[in-house]
Amino acid sequence: MQQKKPVEELKKIAQELRKDIVQMTTEAGSGHPTSSLSCIDILTCLYFSEMNYDSKRPTWPDRDRFIMSKGHAVPAQYACLARAGFFPKQELLTLRKINSRLQGHPDHVKTPGIEVSGGSLGQGLSVGNGMAMAGRLDKKNYRVYVLMGDGEQQEGQIWEAAMSAPNFKLDNVCGIIDLNGLQNDEWVEKEKSIQPLADKWRAFNWHVIEISGHDFGQILSALEQARKAKGKPTLIIAKTVKGKGVSFISDNPDMHGVAVKKEDLQRALDEIEGKK
Amino acid sequence: MNPKKGELIATREGYGDAIVEVGEKHANAVVLDADLAKSTRSLKFGKKFPDRFWYVGINEADLISTAAGLALSGKIAFASSFAAFITNNAFDQLKMSVCYSNANVKVIGSHGGLITGQDGPSAQAIMDVSLMRTLPGMAVIVPADYYETKKATHAIAEHTGPCYLRTTREGIPVLFDDSHDFEIGKAQVLEEGADACIVACGAMVSEALKARELLAGKKISATVINSPSIKPLDSKTILKASSKSNLVVSCEDHSIIGGLGSAVAEVLSESQPKKMVRIGVRDVFGESGKARELLEKYGMDSKVIAKAVENGLKK
Repeated sequence: MQQKKPVEELKKIAQELRKDIVQMTTEAGSGHPTSSLSCIDILTCLYFSEMNYDSKRPTWPDRDRFIMSKGHAVPAQYACLARAGFFPKQELLTLRKINSRLQGHPDHVKTPGIEVSGGSLGQGLSVGNGMAMAGRLDKKNYRVYVLMGDGEQQEGQIWEAAMSAPNFKLDNVCGIIDLNGLQNDEWVEKEKSIQPLADKWRAFNWHVIEISGHDFGQILSALEQARKAKGKPTLIIAKTVKGKGVSFISDNPDMHGVAVKKEDLQRALDEIEGKK
Repeated sequence: MNPKKGELIATREGYGDAIVEVGEKHANAVVLDADLAKSTRSLKFGKKFPDRFWYVGINEADLISTAAGLALSGKIAFASSFAAFITNNAFDQLKMSVCYSNANVKVIGSHGGLITGQDGPSAQAIMDVSLMRTLPGMAVIVPADYYETKKATHAIAEHTGPCYLRTTREGIPVLFDDSHDFEIGKAQVLEEGADACIVACGAMVSEALKARELLAGKKISATVINSPSIKPLDSKTILKASSKSNLVVSCEDHSIIGGLGSAVAEVLSESQPKKMVRIGVRDVFGESGKARELLEKYGMDSKVIAKAVENGLKK
């Protein structure tokens, strides 16, 4: 088990990681900073408080697994992996550039710490179920965390996997939905409603917890409840703000997959640091 | 099972018998199936190793990604269903979760080809080989009989990386015995001849051999190559065996677009251009009917192959 960190320390880490996300996508000139900023507080709690792993042995068989099913938010994961020591931090600035290990979407073969390739939505939970089944077969205690988008809930495969995990009683699986309310083109509820979301997952026989995805206390407590829940998988629905921390790109249907312009970078970093 | 040469045995039986042996040999072999394990014969493994076998439900996308998750945690993950469903319904999962992640998943598609018969076009896989061949890193294997399928099942278990193995529902003649060699990437010359070179795979190998006999009666001698490994293709053997022939004929129970015929044409056109005829399904869907009736109606039986060789050599 890694040492539990106080919430204040986690908040500081998340602030640093937010800056990494904005810097690397601005340097790349493309990418999905807003989708990454909405889930970074959740990833901070996972990578720097909850999960067991060894960055020097990325394939350690007993490690907890994290799958970024909403693959376009992988800059958030890269920021965590770099800070955790999977690769040097300066490599973040090679994101999306030719010959880089850091692809625009997750690449299992190229990048240490990426458990499965992704970027085409809907597949992560099925993969996570498979990893959880292997863990149980091997009598290992590792847990599998799968982060999904809210727009991603429109993918049919999500519901195939949602039916599988309780069927196999995979209580070592924890799904997390980054409910930022926006998909590529529009507000989710305007384009194709996914509600009532918690009821749907409960009907599929999941242990459902609803929290704010920016409240560290709530995130940590939900992850702990998930770890303790036996007999069925847990789903955490985390209400978030897309682009959280940078006001001029947040909560805006035209800001999916748009990097902060170079000339606005300092303004974004200042805002993240709380300078105005 | 110990069938004799000439007996009609579905190649799925070869997989069913071998997958149990694979389970005995490899403690990390697991099998998943999407509600067709009785048909694919994966259930033989399921009965022997219930802890390492799962029905995941009628959902091929979930089947393939779940298999990838198992493979990425150290398992040799076999995933089986009908060839038509597992390759068509889960193509993106095969791309992303399996091939792009280099997951050690073995895709088993039974009911390959038109000879699947009376279920009609929905179950007759005729694009599967083409689709699987385009996936980077995917090995594509179409064995010609019971014994070759057994050997191929063991070979893909030993091979690290994604593989597709296609079997038949319908009984096809046993051509080999237990001493038969199979290696991924290898073809074999079954018969030698001077005039034409026939390259076949799967159920069409026995048709090609019958066509060779028909041609012999007309004083035409043909080489017959069995090419179970569509990818990687044994281009060396195919180029060498066809070097003196005036005509190359490919035979497959599959669309002529993208399968064995295309693979052979690609190799020939780059290295040793030859006149070529492709025998297979000609960009149409099949229909319900008996296997033999379908091969005749769609121009794929031994008589059509022999006629194609004869005509090809005349022109």
